[in-house]
Amino acid sequence: MQDMLSAISAWLLPLLIAGIMVTGFVRRIPIYNAFIDGAKSGFGTAVRLIPHLIAMMVAVSVFRASGAMGYVIGWLEPVLVWAHIPPEVAPMGLLRPISGMGSLALMTDIFKVHGPDSWLGQLSSTMQAASDTTLYVITVYFGSVGIRKIRYALKVGLLADLASVIGSVLAVYLLLGPMPK
Amino acid sequence: MIDFIWLLLFCAGLVTAMFTGKVDAVSKAVLGGAESGVELAIGLISVIAFWLGIMNIAEKAGLVEWLSKVLRPVGRFLYPSVPPDHPAMGSILANMSANILGLGNAATPLGLKAMQELQTLNADKETASDAMCTLLAINTASITLIPATVIAVRMQYGSAHPTSIVSTTIFATTFGTIAAIILDRLFRRFSKRRR
Repeated sequence: MQDMLSAISAWLLPLLIAGIMVTGFVRRIPIYNAFIDGAKSGFGTAVRLIPHLIAMMVAVSVFRASGAMGYVIGWLEPVLVWAHIPPEVAPMGLLRPISGMGSLALMTDIFKVHGPDSWLGQLSSTMQAASDTTLYVITVYFGSVGIRKIRYALKVGLLADLASVIGSVLAVYLLLGPMPK
Repeated sequence: MIDFIWLLLFCAGLVTAMFTGKVDAVSKAVLGGAESGVELAIGLISVIAFWLGIMNIAEKAGLVEWLSKVLRPVGRFLYPSVPPDHPAMGSILANMSANILGLGNAATPLGLKAMQELQTLNADKETASDAMCTLLAINTASITLIPATVIAVRMQYGSAHPTSIVSTTIFATTFGTIAAIILDRLFRRFSKRRR
């Protein structure tokens, strides 16, 4: 089951890329130049990330190196064990709706400690990929048209984030099996 | 909000270090963290640039438009208050398509355009309409098929199967999106009853 899924996952991306290239070519798009134009904007995007990553990684490293993260995980443990959520990913779930960069920093932290292909590494990847920075999206989207009363949007957004965390744990349990001891 | 969390992480770390006696580790962590931030961003350039290049082809080739057409019935179900021929529906579906394709950079401007169109249909310009709340719910649940940034970071950290998380992500994102749609409908019903 897992072999088949990872085979599908591995083929999905190259096939998609080929499909996009072929579609563009058939529709007489200058695909090479379109690629270069798009890729150019990638530099700007990556460079714009640097200040955010530095700020967040410093705070998270301090929080971790001091042992504070260990305490927080310890406090949350009973609830998490009950919900079958590994305590190591709990800080990520808490930070995900607030800061995309912050949770990305926590994800790389898990990669460093456990490895990207570990069970926890795959769970943290799924959590990062399956949700968005709710607070940022709400601020930007409503801010752009001058909405002040956001009604239930924040509650729905945060509850949906919780659902995404549960969905991620469920997905990893179902598709990769239980966490190896 | 972000100010508070940033400060909290740092100061809580510092206070804990006073009790655990790990002050040395904390000073090392400051520069170590900064360094890994830069390393990560530089390592991401390759994949972000590649992906934005491919996605630019996809956009020019009309794939976003095509997906928008496929999603029309979904749009009618999710946004009953928006007339199907209104420009708002077009932007909503284009935003949804860009999200599905993992086109973060293109999805945001399309979403903002959808917001502006919805504002023209909105009776009270300071209060979010039902359709706006739905747009937000679906955007924050983020229906994503290709999590390009996460795959990039996985490659950066030497993953043997960087794309192995695509299937779990599709499952989780479907679960989260369905939850968002149900929650949105539930809260809408409650807010109507209270008025």
